[in-house]
Amino acid sequence: MSTTLAEVCVVACAEAWRGDGEILASPIGVIPTLGARLAALTFEPDLVTTDGDASQLGAPIPVGAPADVEKVVEAWLPFGKMFDIVWSGRRHVMMGATQVDRFGNQNIACIGPWEKPKAQLLGVRGAPGNTVNDPTSYWVPQHSPRVFVEAVDCVSGVGYDRAAAAGPAATEHHEIRCVISNLGVFDFETPDHSMRVRSLHPGVTIDAAREATGFDLVVPDDVPETRAPTDDDQRILQEVLDPHRLRDAEVGG
Amino acid sequence: MSDKRCTEDDVVAELRDGMTIGIGGWGSRRKPMSIVRAILRSDLRDLTVVAYGGPDIGMLCATGQAHRIVYGFVSLDSIPLEPHFRVARQQGTVEAMELDEGMLQLGLRAAAWRVSFLPCRAGLGSAILDVNPDLRTVTSPYGGEQLVAMPALRLDVALLHANRADSRGDAQYLGPDWYFDDLFAMAADRTFVSCERVVEPGRLVDEGPLESIRVSRIFTDGVVEAPLGAHFTHCVPDYDRDEVLQREYAASAKAPDAWTAFRAKYVDVPETDYRKLAEHSLAGAS
Repeated sequence: MSTTLAEVCVVACAEAWRGDGEILASPIGVIPTLGARLAALTFEPDLVTTDGDASQLGAPIPVGAPADVEKVVEAWLPFGKMFDIVWSGRRHVMMGATQVDRFGNQNIACIGPWEKPKAQLLGVRGAPGNTVNDPTSYWVPQHSPRVFVEAVDCVSGVGYDRAAAAGPAATEHHEIRCVISNLGVFDFETPDHSMRVRSLHPGVTIDAAREATGFDLVVPDDVPETRAPTDDDQRILQEVLDPHRLRDAEVGG
Repeated sequence: MSDKRCTEDDVVAELRDGMTIGIGGWGSRRKPMSIVRAILRSDLRDLTVVAYGGPDIGMLCATGQAHRIVYGFVSLDSIPLEPHFRVARQQGTVEAMELDEGMLQLGLRAAAWRVSFLPCRAGLGSAILDVNPDLRTVTSPYGGEQLVAMPALRLDVALLHANRADSRGDAQYLGPDWYFDDLFAMAADRTFVSCERVVEPGRLVDEGPLESIRVSRIFTDGVVEAPLGAHFTHCVPDYDRDEVLQREYAASAKAPDAWTAFRAKYVDVPETDYRKLAEHSLAGAS
């Protein structure tokens, strides 16, 4: 079976939840949602997924499914409960990022000075609380120097340097697990938690990743290729989770 | 036996310039839009609006009646960025207190419990502490950890929209999430609830399960029967969001003329006329 970039990205997102066990997976966006649901259907069977609304599901549903799609509802997770879960540490969220810096600070709030932004975006939403309470990952569909910047305009999700400066209550449960982009997978497993290349997607060179990043990436001697989707992964994506190929719209085929 | 039934205009008559008003719902979901429209038609100004914001904050920014907004986000859900809120922020025409979503909840809870703050981890290390210089941290007396001291967000008035209410002011939520409507009510000195249908006291149990009656009359002061009162935001299971009208609303942020036209058609009209427009628009969608 031929593999698309979107499928490689879905599998890379799925891998972010490997080892998480029985916690809530909260993906934002099509590719992260497919990743969480693929993980739950393959190597993380106890991972908890939702319908994107207030229902905890017994089995993942397709992306873009209508509200009345047949589903196995296990439990009720209204927003009030969501903050309880976040603050209790039983969740791993994968958010988007308008900007990310070398220590994993993320911005979704605004571009330009917060006081009078050039572009008002979402606001910080749940990013400050997510990042100091639970593992957090980011999905960036278009890797560029405009996203991967030296310093973000408004720290929404807290990175390693800012968490350290804020003290033990901020670092105790802080973990930026990884950043997945259309070029590769990046993490912060370096002595000073500066972003490093964990793997590159097939056909992506180190130089291309460096050029698309606005700060110096840590590049290990041996950079592996991102795991390719298995036949089973591809079958589940095509037959169960995404028959209409919404995955291709978020990142080029 | 008290009967708290009133109209949108009665609610507005209780409001004053400079008040802090909390609005229930979430994003573009179950917002008390008929009361918001009555505010838009009034002379009220210098309002502080506290909400998980949607078109309520957007419209009050568009009219300039919101002097200050307190929010975890402002979004139309299916249209992620609220366009009127964006214009107001980018032009610097509104004061803002931006919070983590969970911090907003905690601020309402502190107000509800009548304590000046509640501690939390959320906010530490983030820009929230930089852009809100009044926010303080607190040192735990049980081990010395530094936490954020989220101040109470006390409200003068809370405005909610429920699926059902009884005439004494108990409110019922038939959808999958009541969001933080109960907290808004408890954090406020006075609370007004609009709803799709008012029933006799004691009859909410016929409409849905006991646990769907989320706000007690202990916390409410007025009940407005407002069928389609949340329109164009959604009020499931009574009706879905009206995406067509929401898109028209979003487009009205592109130019002052566009907002003037939207306002003339959908705001500066009697509620009975608006309801006909809403019924027609929803019928076209199905």
